[in-house]
Amino acid sequence: MAELTVGRSILEANDRLAEDLRARFREAGVKVINIISSPGAGKTTLLEKTLTLLKHRLAVGVIEGDIQTTEDAQRVAACGVKAVQIETKGACHLDGNMLGGALAAFDLNALDLLIVENVGNLVCPVEFDLGEDLKVAVLSVTEGDDKPSKYPLLFSEAGVLIVNKIDLLPYIDCDLRRIHDTCRSLNPAQAVFDLSCRTGEGLEPWVNWLEAWVRGKTA
Amino acid sequence: MHELSIAQSLLGIVLEEAAAHGVEKVLRVVVKVGAFTNVVPDSLSFCFDLIKEGTAAAEAALELTQVPMAGQCRDCGAELDFSEPVFNCPHCGSTAVELTQGRELFIEYIETAEPDSQPGADSAPPGQEV
Repeated sequence: MAELTVGRSILEANDRLAEDLRARFREAGVKVINIISSPGAGKTTLLEKTLTLLKHRLAVGVIEGDIQTTEDAQRVAACGVKAVQIETKGACHLDGNMLGGALAAFDLNALDLLIVENVGNLVCPVEFDLGEDLKVAVLSVTEGDDKPSKYPLLFSEAGVLIVNKIDLLPYIDCDLRRIHDTCRSLNPAQAVFDLSCRTGEGLEPWVNWLEAWVRGKTA
Repeated sequence: MHELSIAQSLLGIVLEEAAAHGVEKVLRVVVKVGAFTNVVPDSLSFCFDLIKEGTAAAEAALELTQVPMAGQCRDCGAELDFSEPVFNCPHCGSTAVELTQGRELFIEYIETAEPDSQPGADSAPPGQEV
């Protein structure tokens, strides 16, 4: 019997792809965000509302990840923004290879911001680096205030937390403060936006922050 | 269920290493898994066992060692252990805490049925053309 030292990261193949993507994004001068949430938290609706406000201020492209259907890309395209759908056909997350394939549809040099909407899942997408500059976690209040402590990795890695559906707070038992407190202990530097895509409350500060971030005007 | 993707990457690396060192049979694969990863050890083992059939790792036992979370406070410098991912320094209250351990996901070593084939062990004497 012999022992063979390996010392290799299991995700090295994806990590290498992600580094290549990161270099391409940097060279093209495009900022990239990776939006992650559970199914139904409102990622696509958030995109629709955000793009309506942002598309006149920045050149934006969108990549939609779903297990099946091209519905989300159609919804985004209806906002007047170029959108490409990745159908993972079963995979619970996007990886560097899938993203690299979808990039062929874009002229990265012409974009200020590329938004990637990951497959709805609080667990798997977090392990697969896509070369993005920023992860954005979306949590809707109806999912419960215990979710950040139950899925800490996402909420610790996300540079931005969006708490959606706050118009429903009067009707449910969700302690918004608990969400904020847990996320602060997971990632004290996180930018937090409480909003309602349905009423529009809180959208403007998020969109303004995003624009400033893309232009390099935030910390 | 991203453990299947991870198991595929894991098996790929094991077979690559085995082939590179002329190993015909892998007996054991030792992997370090940080406590702060989204990897479920049982799922990973299950997936690995499913896909290893018919390969040089068909009889390999997957051994997963969990690496606990640890960190350091950037303000007071205290070395910290975490059982929960609540990253506050219990000594000075700072939230400027750096996670130094717990995100590992790598193959430490494999055990093979072949004689030692570590680089150096079977290489030609210095100065001789191979």
